[in-house]
Amino acid sequence: MAEPLLTASGLSKGFRGLKAVNGVSFSIGSGDILAMIGPNGAGKTTCFNLIAGAMLPDAGEVRLAGQPITGLRADQVCRAGIGRTFQLVKPFAGLSVLDNVTVGALNAVRHVAEAKERARAVLDLLDLGHKIGEPASALTLPDRKRLEVARALATGPKLLLLDEVMAGLRPTECDRLVEILAGLNRRDGLTILLIEHVMRAVMKLAQRILVLHHGEKIAEGVAEAVVRDPAVLDSYLGEEAP
Amino acid sequence: MSARNLLLGLLALLVVAPALVGAYPLAVLILILHYAYLGIAWNVMMGFAGLLSLGHTLYVGLGAYVAAALYASFGLPALLGAIPAAIVATLAGLGIGALGFRFRVNGVYFALLTIAFAEFTRILFDHMGWTGGSSGFFLPVEHGQVSPVALRGPPILFYYVALAMAAGGFMLARSLMRTRLGYAWLAIREDPDSAAASGVDVFRARMAAVAVSSALTSLGGVFYAFYYNNMYPEQIFSMARSIEIILAPIIGGLGTLFGPVLGSFVLTLLGEGTTGLLEHLGLAAPGAKQVIYGVALLVIVTVQPAGLWPWLAKRLRIGRDG
Repeated sequence: MAEPLLTASGLSKGFRGLKAVNGVSFSIGSGDILAMIGPNGAGKTTCFNLIAGAMLPDAGEVRLAGQPITGLRADQVCRAGIGRTFQLVKPFAGLSVLDNVTVGALNAVRHVAEAKERARAVLDLLDLGHKIGEPASALTLPDRKRLEVARALATGPKLLLLDEVMAGLRPTECDRLVEILAGLNRRDGLTILLIEHVMRAVMKLAQRILVLHHGEKIAEGVAEAVVRDPAVLDSYLGEEAP
Repeated sequence: MSARNLLLGLLALLVVAPALVGAYPLAVLILILHYAYLGIAWNVMMGFAGLLSLGHTLYVGLGAYVAAALYASFGLPALLGAIPAAIVATLAGLGIGALGFRFRVNGVYFALLTIAFAEFTRILFDHMGWTGGSSGFFLPVEHGQVSPVALRGPPILFYYVALAMAAGGFMLARSLMRTRLGYAWLAIREDPDSAAASGVDVFRARMAAVAVSSALTSLGGVFYAFYYNNMYPEQIFSMARSIEIILAPIIGGLGTLFGPVLGSFVLTLLGEGTTGLLEHLGLAAPGAKQVIYGVALLVIVTVQPAGLWPWLAKRLRIGRDG
């Protein structure tokens, strides 16, 4: 069996006694799409931050294509091949849409002119091609979400981490983004790890689902099976009264 | 009008200006160009990389003292003395930067750090015997000596040096903005977390901004030393001068290329104009100029918070290039 693209083993992170992430292990094969779901506060975003180098884990290890990346800074993780979006979008508000994505593209190519070309192509792909001259601060929330994806994509990642990019999108916009991401996965073999509450998107995109609850992994498996798992239903809906 | 035409037109006008004006306007123009240059240098940190320095006199003072001391002691011409001057200032800047960025001293706290270093360097020079201490340092002046390399000569020489520095600083800032590093700076200014997540080495890019800005600023100090031929720690390292340096780019437009130039024109003319006017009216009082400055700042930041240049650029239909 081929080596997984990403392996997280025993990841843990606590904030003043609260175990936000507690011994979480999982792996993603190259070309796979894995969705991470779970109630609010389950530790999903913390998990992302641990993988992306935004936070240092208290324990555990992250490997990308076999290479340990635990303890690397965010920019080093990005250069290693992981692109990420932020749940609360963080565009470069004062810069144009094109410049926003050009910054990301400069991670993949050396020269500014080349990076601009690359940024244009990515923006076209995400249906933002007609807004390249606008300042990012002028975009609507759905457009900012797409911009966030575009910037991460432009860095040329092997693995894309998407943190609730569907939230706030209308169903048609959501379907369109799913279509784009599925296309990237199919054509370019892009591996995707997504945190998502919009089950419509999760079920269409993800082959496998991982469920976090109170910082621990409570289920992992094929999408259809996981969503019928009683433990998963309990974590979302609460246990049935006896 | 394109930014390029405006730039060339302004440059041509400034090149022929000495033939058209007298001694006093020439002195004012030198001041304008000097502050435009310092503003450009400071703007690299604040306007581009989002690093607020309120202690830029540190680099002016270090540049001035190093080049002046080397000239007075060893006869090293200013052009050569500028190299060690820039090295010393850059090392000081990198030291402050490393301290601030390693320990995540950000925003206003970083600004406080820059003030602290400028202040204790002032006190250090106040008590340093071999550079004259608080009674100042004076450069030897030989009458009739003309040497562009040694920065010795009549005001017109200094005018063209100031012009070359402002134009050179402008072109350097302009080309830096089009590089990878320039994009990294803007990204960090807008959001350091997003910049890092996009592969930008935030620490290194910030250090580069400090290095460029402190080196450029120190050259302004070298100019100051040879133009005025005297320096006092009290004056050259003073907090008030740090503020003076940053006014032009703020008034003109932070993060823009023309901003510091426009701001310097407006402020210097305003300052000189009011000084002249007040004297003429017999109302010259200490601090009057500062009051006018304050009011002008107030008006401009209220009416045009982004600065005068973005507003003017819109009127002249100049793109985001400026």
